[in-house]
Amino acid sequence: MKEKIADLEEKARRLRVAIVKTLHKSQSGHTGGSLSAIDMVCALYFHKMRHNPVDPAWEGRDRFVLSKGHAAPALYVTLAECGYFPAEDLMMLRRLGSHLQGHPDSKGTPGVDVCTGSLGQGLSMANGMALGLKLDGKENRVYAVLGDGELQEGQIWEAAMAAAHYKSDNLCALIDSNGLQIDGDVAKVMNVSSIADKFKAFGWNVIEIDGHDMAQIVAALDEAEAHKGAPTAIVAKTVKGKGVHLFENKASYHGVTPNDDELPEALRCLGCCD
Amino acid sequence: MIATRDAYGEALAELGGENDKIVVLDADLSGSTKTGVFAKKFPNRFFNMGIAEANMVGTAAGLAAVGKVPFLSTFAIFAAGRGWEQIRQSVAYPKANVKIVATHGGVTVGEDGGSHQSVEDVAIMRAIPNMTVIVPADGEETKGAIRAVAAYKGPVYVRLGRNKVPSVFPAGHKFEIGKGVVVVPGTDLTFITTGLMTAAAVTAAEKLKAEGISARVLHIGTIKPLDKELVLQAAEETGAIVTAEEHSVVGGLGGAVAEYLAETCPTLMKRVGVYDRFGTSGKSDELLKYFGLNAETLIEEAREIVSRKK
Ligand SMILES: Cc1ncc(C[n+]2csc(CCOP(=O)(O)OP(=O)(O)O)c2C)c(N)n1
Ligand SMILES: [Mg+2]
Repeated sequence: MKEKIADLEEKARRLRVAIVKTLHKSQSGHTGGSLSAIDMVCALYFHKMRHNPVDPAWEGRDRFVLSKGHAAPALYVTLAECGYFPAEDLMMLRRLGSHLQGHPDSKGTPGVDVCTGSLGQGLSMANGMALGLKLDGKENRVYAVLGDGELQEGQIWEAAMAAAHYKSDNLCALIDSNGLQIDGDVAKVMNVSSIADKFKAFGWNVIEIDGHDMAQIVAALDEAEAHKGAPTAIVAKTVKGKGVHLFENKASYHGVTPNDDELPEALRCLGCCD
Repeated sequence: MIATRDAYGEALAELGGENDKIVVLDADLSGSTKTGVFAKKFPNRFFNMGIAEANMVGTAAGLAAVGKVPFLSTFAIFAAGRGWEQIRQSVAYPKANVKIVATHGGVTVGEDGGSHQSVEDVAIMRAIPNMTVIVPADGEETKGAIRAVAAYKGPVYVRLGRNKVPSVFPAGHKFEIGKGVVVVPGTDLTFITTGLMTAAAVTAAEKLKAEGISARVLHIGTIKPLDKELVLQAAEETGAIVTAEEHSVVGGLGGAVAEYLAETCPTLMKRVGVYDRFGTSGKSDELLKYFGLNAETLIEEAREIVSRKK
């Protein structure tokens, strides 16, 4: 198990490097929220989810919804690492004609099941998938990654109500609670705390973790799968921009990409010399 | 060259000093929409509603109901899209004095891609009774429009853009709601344009002159109510119309002009705009070219329509 965690941690480090390089190349996109979510996305794709990069439409796959669609780079580097498409495609992020759109687009990118980017809509789609899979008697699970600012959208709570009402225990929401949104601290812009208490009040099973502690992420995902009768919300305390001190905990780095001057230092932070 | 959203930020902060009934709401995009300028100057009259656009619309309607003059801003796709039914029920139906100023309209949103590029907002706002819909061509017109909109009593949707656009109007240009402006006189055809396509039409008209084609440019800053007089005049006097907008050809300016002329003065017509498809990621200037939203397309369409006249 220790070895497995260490492997996942190394994978996550490499994915962070890929995020930084991809965003440096595109010079457009969301750095902070990609780096805060990547440990969870990594654990999902390399530990928890059943999926098949050779057959993205495989019936037996678990489903993933990046509700905070602006963290697309985190998803894209993970899909590339899994082999859904060549890693070279990453260098075309956000370019005219590329399948790697600014926000996830299921029409073009192998491994992407729904379109996201307009915040607040992903949890509803995830619960719809969960309900449909259950109807078909399938065991497949559905995972959705949400932002903490995103929780301000009313539709999130409509979905939360519905998922608990229909006992969607095949649904797991992971909340990337980095405390920041575009205009500043979530607590100052429009307070959403306590996130855990809110989901509990809506009837969810709630697990609180450190969203950068791989052992805690893995344990929470396993616990969520074992929990029956209610959906699970994993409320993960995270750091926006995690891994590169230049970007950490800075609202100003939400939609800003690493420039030429920052790139070497960013890669150095991530234990990378090239 | 200035972005219409920058002109908005400036105008709004200025108006805030003149009228203390003006209040401003935003949904976590105050840096991008430029309402942040007002927020800095008048923090008490600024409400950041968080990422919750539907609630923001309803709250603005409530503020209007107690006599405030609310301006609310976010990206066009979230203002018109997420808030559509709230705008219809809580703002337009009671004729509430709410000003929706949406930035980042159209494909020039750029790299964010199709999810963020609103090409339908003018159509869905125009379809709502009581709604006034304004799309300024440049910074000067934006400043005039914001001033006019603050003085007008009733719901308004103003659509602005992300990027710097060329100037069409001189400093101090006065904006009148519902009035078009003939920017370039001409006799062979009329470009009826809005937003950043007006500057493109001016360029096109200049180039066409060298070929002996006299193109009129009629800028329509208010899509609803449409300036029927100038549109009819253009149809009667030039006999050929090319509309152009950074929006779907369904239901926007082209739609409005076609609907009106079909019933009053059927005229040779071509709509330039986005043909029933979503946007895509890319650089703004690349996308304008990709969707044919430039002077080159207008020149081609002008030649084509003038040849059809004969
Ligand atoms: C409906 C909607 N409104 C506004 C936006 C613009 N937007 C993109 S990201 C963002 C902030 C998101 O904050 P959070 O959910 O906390 O994400 P994170 O901090 O993980 O990046 C906003 C307002 C959007 N994408 N969708
Ligand atoms: Mg956040």
